Amino acid sequence: MAAVSGLVRRPLEQVTVREAINQGMDEELERDEKVFLLGEEVAQYDGAYKVSRGLWKKYGDKRIIDTPISEMGFAGIAVGAAMAGLRPICEFMTFNFSMQAIDQVINSAAKTYYMSGGFQSVPIVFRGPNGASAGVAAQHSQCFAAWYGHCPGLKVVSPWNSEDAKGLIKSAIRDNNPVVVLENELMYGVPFEFPSEAQSKDFLIPIGKAKIERQGTHITVVSHSRPVGHCLEAATVLSKEGIECEVINMRTIRPMDIETIEASVMKTNHLITVEGGWPQFGVGAEICARIMEGPAFNFLDAPAVRVTGADVPMPYAKILEDNSVPQVKDIIFAIKKTLNI
Amino acid sequence: MLAAAVSRVLSGVTQKPASRVLVASCNYSNDAMFAIKKCDLYRLEEGPPVTTVLTREDGLKYYRMMQTVRRMELKADQLYKQKFIRGFCHLCDGQEACSVGLEAGINPTDHVITSYRAHGLCYTRGLSVRSILAELTGRRGGCAKGKGGSMHMYVKNFYGGNGIVGAQGPLGAGIALACKYKGNKEVCLTLYGDGAANQGQIAEAHNMAALWKLPCVFICENNLYGMGTPVERASASTDYYKRGNFIPGLRVDGMDVLGVREATKFVADYCRSGKGPIVMELQTYRYHGHSMSDPGISYRTREEVQNVRKKSDPIMLLKDRMVNSELATVEELKDIDVEVRKEVEDAAQFALTDPEPPLEELAHHIYCNTPAFEVRGANQWIKFKSLS
Repeated sequence: MAAVSGLVRRPLEQVTVREAINQGMDEELERDEKVFLLGEEVAQYDGAYKVSRGLWKKYGDKRIIDTPISEMGFAGIAVGAAMAGLRPICEFMTFNFSMQAIDQVINSAAKTYYMSGGFQSVPIVFRGPNGASAGVAAQHSQCFAAWYGHCPGLKVVSPWNSEDAKGLIKSAIRDNNPVVVLENELMYGVPFEFPSEAQSKDFLIPIGKAKIERQGTHITVVSHSRPVGHCLEAATVLSKEGIECEVINMRTIRPMDIETIEASVMKTNHLITVEGGWPQFGVGAEICARIMEGPAFNFLDAPAVRVTGADVPMPYAKILEDNSVPQVKDIIFAIKKTLNI
Repeated sequence: MLAAAVSRVLSGVTQKPASRVLVASCNYSNDAMFAIKKCDLYRLEEGPPVTTVLTREDGLKYYRMMQTVRRMELKADQLYKQKFIRGFCHLCDGQEACSVGLEAGINPTDHVITSYRAHGLCYTRGLSVRSILAELTGRRGGCAKGKGGSMHMYVKNFYGGNGIVGAQGPLGAGIALACKYKGNKEVCLTLYGDGAANQGQIAEAHNMAALWKLPCVFICENNLYGMGTPVERASASTDYYKRGNFIPGLRVDGMDVLGVREATKFVADYCRSGKGPIVMELQTYRYHGHSMSDPGISYRTREEVQNVRKKSDPIMLLKDRMVNSELATVEELKDIDVEVRKEVEDAAQFALTDPEPPLEELAHHIYCNTPAFEVRGANQWIKFKSLS
């Protein structure tokens, strides 16, 4: 038997999305003194969803700051601190609460570099859980990808797995622009294998680049955040029937990597988009519009199709809630419809 | 006036302007002491001093600066009426003692943020008249390259110019947080008006600044009207210097540049010493309406405006003090007036002749420090290149 060379392979770590974000923030806090975290319960409570666990103990009051329940105020304070040269991470306990502060995100953060003719930059990260959770009802379940994705001056990312979460939060913190990081509460506890490069302190995922999670030939399935997992499940089921889906994880909402989607559609000739947010004026709507405008349109053998959350405020009862978000069966149905099967 | 018994003149009362007298030899005083109105105090044992010494050099500087702001604003009025300035234009003539006095009370390394009525502070913080006027006329020589306009002008340690009423409150507290974080003993002057004082986010900023002892001076520029609404119709309490609740405050005569200077030194010292935020209300007045679309006489009388001009004009007040105490002559100040007019006129010429920003730069400066990318125009075939 050939001797094993000096190569020693470390077993692949299982890291949850929560741990990945925690690692990412920890590494960036250590790397740059100007980075700090503020938000409700981020310090002594270890984070409402425990994403910032251990950080206050390690870095103290100066760098991990508990705020009062004043979203507009503390988001504005974070933006001002960024203008004055610090690199804040502003956590919204959920993005639903960011609506109270949205003026600071858009008017004070996103637009300032442009309005100042390139003089005043705002290196800030707004992060927190976005979209549907489980049983939290209408006011706590909205997806903000389309709202923030609409605005020039912002970068908006939406991680799916642990690798995404760590690489994107690190890139966001190092970016000199306002970056909105849309996490997902239901993904926080989900473990994923962490590739070895993700274990490096300089592991970054570029903002603005999508990832092909699964190669396929029959149809392009584009998604972001938790639904990426559902798309992969659907792909596994369909593979048994001989249908090979190419699943694209957008990773970034804005600037959108439409080129990766176009190249895929030009190969598969079919497109569906999958998102948790509402259908009207959503992420899928934007993808379809851009596909129509670009070279991929002429390669479509069927109209592009969107799978989205139901067009209702999120209901509470389980049967209603389950049917208000895209399920694997809905994705499979849409794929088969598109392929005319 | 030129009596042999020279020395210090305590002048708290506005005297009639000195008539022109030939001065045989230029015998100026080097400095003079003046009385300042005592400030109303809230949760403070002591306030700013009630006398101050003004040097000739400082006096001439403040005079020139206030006159420059005045003439610049009047020029903006003219350019707006001639349609060279578009959109919103909020002028601060009448409030010159505020911007000049504030600047005199802090260091260039301190920080200032204000509302949309910002042109005066843009100038005192270091922007040239020509870069301000050219920004107003939307030219590439404007301080924001024509991208911002009246409400979005920036320079080092000056964070605008903010269009959303009250948003600058938390921003200023954040700048103060950065000062404390860095441990540099700098302070942030965070200005807002009597109208903005009723914004919830101002209360949120007050709370966090006090909680975390941020070196933030909250300054309420009370010019008695929030757009067309007099203070009594907007605020349950018009004692804006008390509205910080648990934060100490003082109320200052905002038409007296020396009073503003001393009060600013006082509040800046307070913050620098680590005691936390403080609120300063500047009682002032704007001659123009809220903006150029507001004639400013539907909610107040012409007589009221004229009265303030006659009795409390900040430039007149300084001029009288300086002439009466022989810090300067009337002629000398008139010479400054002529120089200022010329500077403003030259700046206006530039603002009218400088070209508009090139169309190719429409999409520049969307992101900082990011590789070039394409930006969509009005339709899918129109593309602009975006550079940082």
